[in-house]
Amino acid sequence: MRVPLSWLREYVDLPATETGRDVQAKLISAGLEVERVEQLGADLKGPLVVGQVLTIEELEGFKKPIRFCTVDVGTANGTGEPQEIVCGARNFAVGDKVVVVLPGAVLPGDFAIAARKTYGRTSHGMICSGDELGMGDDGSGGIIVLPPEMEPGTDAIELLQLVDEVLDIAVTPDRGYALSMRGVAREAAIAYGLPLRDPALLDVPAPNAFGHPVRVADPIGCDRFTARTVTGLDPDAQSPIWLRRRLQKAGMRPVSLAVDVTNYVMLELGQPLHAYDRNRVEGTIGVRRAEQGEKLTTLDGVKRTLDAGDLVITDDRGPIGLAGVMGGAHTEIDDTEGTTTEVVVEAAHFDPISIARTARRHKLSSEASKRFERGADPAATSAAAQRTVDLLVLLAGGTADAGVTEVIAPSAPHTITIPADHPDKVAGVPYGRETVVRRLQQVGCDVYGQDELIVTVPSWRPDLTDPNDLAEEVIRLEGYENLPSTLPKPPAGLGLTDRQRLHRRVGRALAGAGYVEAPNYPFIGEHVFDQFGLAADDPKRKVVKLVNPLSDEEPALRTTLLPGLLGALRRNDGRGSHDLALFETGLVFHPQDELRVAGRLPVDRRPTDEEIASLTAALPLQPRHAAVVLAGAREQAGWWGKGRPADWADAIEAARILARESGTELLVRSGQYGPWHPGRCAELAVVVDGAEQVVGYAGELHPGVLKTLGLPARTCAMELDLDLLERASSGHPKGPKISTFPVATQDVALVVDKSVPHADVEAALHEGAGELLESIRLFDEYESEQLGADKKSLAYALRFRAADRTLTVDEASAARDAAVALATERTGAVLRGA
Amino acid sequence: MKPEEIERMRDEALAAFAAAGDLDALQEAKVAHTGGTSPLALANREIGALPPQAKAAAGKLVGQARGAVNKALAARQGELEAERDARVLVEEAVDVTLPYDRVPAGARHPLTTMMERVADVFVSMGYEIAEGPEVEAEWFNFDALNFTPDHPARQMQDTFFVQGPEGTHGDESGVVLRTHTSPVQARALLDREPPVYVVCPGRVYRTDELDATHTPVFHQIELLAVDEGLTMADLKGTLDHMVQSLFGSDMKTRLRPNYFPFTEPSAEMDMLCYVCKGESVGNPDRPCRTCSSEGWIELGGCGMVNPRVLVACGVDPEKYSGFAFGFGIERMLMFRHSVEDMRDMVEGDVRFTRPFGMEI
Repeated sequence: MRVPLSWLREYVDLPATETGRDVQAKLISAGLEVERVEQLGADLKGPLVVGQVLTIEELEGFKKPIRFCTVDVGTANGTGEPQEIVCGARNFAVGDKVVVVLPGAVLPGDFAIAARKTYGRTSHGMICSGDELGMGDDGSGGIIVLPPEMEPGTDAIELLQLVDEVLDIAVTPDRGYALSMRGVAREAAIAYGLPLRDPALLDVPAPNAFGHPVRVADPIGCDRFTARTVTGLDPDAQSPIWLRRRLQKAGMRPVSLAVDVTNYVMLELGQPLHAYDRNRVEGTIGVRRAEQGEKLTTLDGVKRTLDAGDLVITDDRGPIGLAGVMGGAHTEIDDTEGTTTEVVVEAAHFDPISIARTARRHKLSSEASKRFERGADPAATSAAAQRTVDLLVLLAGGTADAGVTEVIAPSAPHTITIPADHPDKVAGVPYGRETVVRRLQQVGCDVYGQDELIVTVPSWRPDLTDPNDLAEEVIRLEGYENLPSTLPKPPAGLGLTDRQRLHRRVGRALAGAGYVEAPNYPFIGEHVFDQFGLAADDPKRKVVKLVNPLSDEEPALRTTLLPGLLGALRRNDGRGSHDLALFETGLVFHPQDELRVAGRLPVDRRPTDEEIASLTAALPLQPRHAAVVLAGAREQAGWWGKGRPADWADAIEAARILARESGTELLVRSGQYGPWHPGRCAELAVVVDGAEQVVGYAGELHPGVLKTLGLPARTCAMELDLDLLERASSGHPKGPKISTFPVATQDVALVVDKSVPHADVEAALHEGAGELLESIRLFDEYESEQLGADKKSLAYALRFRAADRTLTVDEASAARDAAVALATERTGAVLRGA
Repeated sequence: MKPEEIERMRDEALAAFAAAGDLDALQEAKVAHTGGTSPLALANREIGALPPQAKAAAGKLVGQARGAVNKALAARQGELEAERDARVLVEEAVDVTLPYDRVPAGARHPLTTMMERVADVFVSMGYEIAEGPEVEAEWFNFDALNFTPDHPARQMQDTFFVQGPEGTHGDESGVVLRTHTSPVQARALLDREPPVYVVCPGRVYRTDELDATHTPVFHQIELLAVDEGLTMADLKGTLDHMVQSLFGSDMKTRLRPNYFPFTEPSAEMDMLCYVCKGESVGNPDRPCRTCSSEGWIELGGCGMVNPRVLVACGVDPEKYSGFAFGFGIERMLMFRHSVEDMRDMVEGDVRFTRPFGMEI
């Protein structure tokens, strides 16, 4: 809602010194979101005057038609001589009154006017368009032609009300009343403690039987309908400057007198109106629900197919308007031919929900629907119709028909009962009953009672329905800025949960290992599954899809973090960062086996556990995953020596880091899956509730996949299900008993077949060594010709220690031999040098 | 055995030690002057052959000389070792300005750490962190929060809808990408008995195209307190505490009336500009880029929990009241850390993220 300050002053005697910024501050603290104050004409400087065109000489030989004019500007130019002006516009004739800007003036946009040579003549100023004066669109598409009664030389800045301030208010959905000058003026009046001149307080004739016939078939959809008729309109009558200017400043385009007047009254009172050309309406005006499939062409020229839920205005032939949203083209006021001399004015009140649905259904949001959706004042229809009639009579020479039609569905005013100290309790401030009552009365409530207040809310505040709504009125008018600042005392909390701690730890551990976090959008296209080489029946291919994705290329939600993370890797690589280690933790989304609709549960009570379970069953599974990707160098080359490229082992180590942080034993074994290199992929598993479960994969990505995705060679990746990892956690680590007896170290080198995994050998050594083994570590692995093509050597350092004594060499050797013996038995390992 | 002889031997030894320039030379001099075949050792041996009456004097003479020689040797040994040690330390000096970016540092994303930072303010006050799903039932995202099906506010949240089972169309699935973290409020109230004090950080979604100031996937943090006798003054105090904790002890907040379906009364919350502290207002000589010389920075929405929300979540509004607030993490990151383009927060460029390190 755009509110010109000059217009606002018509209803409230604001102190003359108050600027737009001052009023803005007051209204903001009263709860109107005044986003900005537009300074109209702030940089405008005269002379800007009325001129009368005396002569026009058409200049030939230029690309576009150019006119050399002489214009009478009275004595504004100091000489009284005709002003010579070159002009490119053509919508004026000799004798017309126009707006002339003279040398020395400055137009909006810091446009200084001076005499200048153009098209072979000297132009001493300009004939102005509305655009050049910062007036907004006046629909004329050319220079301004003023009414003939204007005197040449008159100051046009004043005449056209070019200097003003406009408050731009973003009206919240609950405050429909603020979509009117009347509503904003009421707030301003309260904020300044001044009386309001309510423009809706008009003398309105009583309804009678002579008005245009109206039949409301749906009193719930339409609880008020006022119809008034004005005849004898001068079809040539134009909207006066003040009316046009107010509409422009409020952001509307002047169209024709009848339309301008209805718009003006809507802005003033918040009541949308419609004017029908009476000669185009056949018989009774009706209000009913549309028949399914019924057709109506609206004012915007769109032919619409109506829904049975749409409320329509009809005449004897059928729909003539989409009630409360937009009128029909057929009964439109004729503003081009200028043949309309009789109008029927409609001022009605429609059900907000019905209007909201219709506007949404037809994707048609209008000034009218915006107001009805947010709740217009049902008691304002008669006054709005009267105001419209008055203006048409005044400005178009019309005659008000004596007939007054009013259809009113009976309704009781809304009352709310609250304890008088309710606002005090909500705010934490002892306002006292007197203040509460006074504030509620200021917003228009009738208040009765002592300790219990019975509050009747005003017709223009349908948003006031609950006790807390009334509390808000009191608190905001007393000033949110005056609320004290106190701190509640929550019960002692338990801090973060184990799961929350783990999520933080995972991030810190990976960042500590050199990974940079890169959270990505969860939107993916299903083609990535083909690029990843997933099997046709891979569960990751089952995705949750969006009805309205941002991009048709990515209509699904991720089931793996890798597409997003690899995208980030590619983006970084493309921007010149080639040595990359990225990580992400976040949710992935798997549809339930059976899709269900999440029902609309009641809101007037707690849903039952079954009802909540039914919602849960309709939501996808959303486990948290963690993933890393690596490319380029993991260690840089430098003065210390050579660098080292990131490889499969780094990716697997990332999984081990996560397992360590979550206190979970991770099983790493050779695997093959999707985008990974078949020979360089580890399957990661954990034991959950006694059963082994695959938790993820890690290793180098498949060269083919990398080529398809345009990723650097040897890019590596790891992804695992963090929730599953957490479920496998063994919980709090137990403090080990530390022996202070000396350590006995024994190294063994074992030759095994190349296909034997280290993990198997180590496990056998571990088990065979018995309880004296403190630790075991692989310190070398190599292959050689002497060993044979299909053999490899694994060298382990075994450390033995007893809790209660110094081990003898024999004891340590015996333990080592037992370890080797089991490794030999299990894996065919042969002790080297034996 | 002449005393002059012995003194000469002693003096020769002392001279040889003094002349030794390094430990090797000293070792040679040591062998020559204190070894088994050195003059003094030989002289010592001769003492045994002297007549008994001469033994004592000769023994004293040789013993004193040998004592002086050994003392001088030890002293010189110490000197030369100290010299050598000093030299080695000089030789071992390195260029400490050499870089060591062998494994470049990693970092956590500032959106993550910002959320943790804000949450921790409240965790330290006794609040708990509550979480909820990102794909959410409409009932939790809207209905339970007093967004009626036709409420204009519901249409204003540009919502991603999830496809339902076969045969359903458009938004009929009743499942959406949550448009705010507020559904976690409803979940927290259903999960716990009052008093409830929770913060809910998380990812939320709206159908905005990505540009410098919008992103369809963004982050919010929400706070909910439900207890007996909570007031708007408590809300104000909690907000003041938060901004003081995050921006300094002289900070404060300002509430302006606003509208949200799930709170009543509702307010928009601003915080004092932490850069200019409001001093740029009406002071064109000292403009403030952080607050555009407004003096206040818009933070988010808040209010007293609408009793209708309490009812939908099974909490008795006659007994309990509550307050809630929520705000966008991206925005806070922008003005707290001078991030000018929101795209930098979503593209995962390591050059953007690295400087933020582990905590924010």
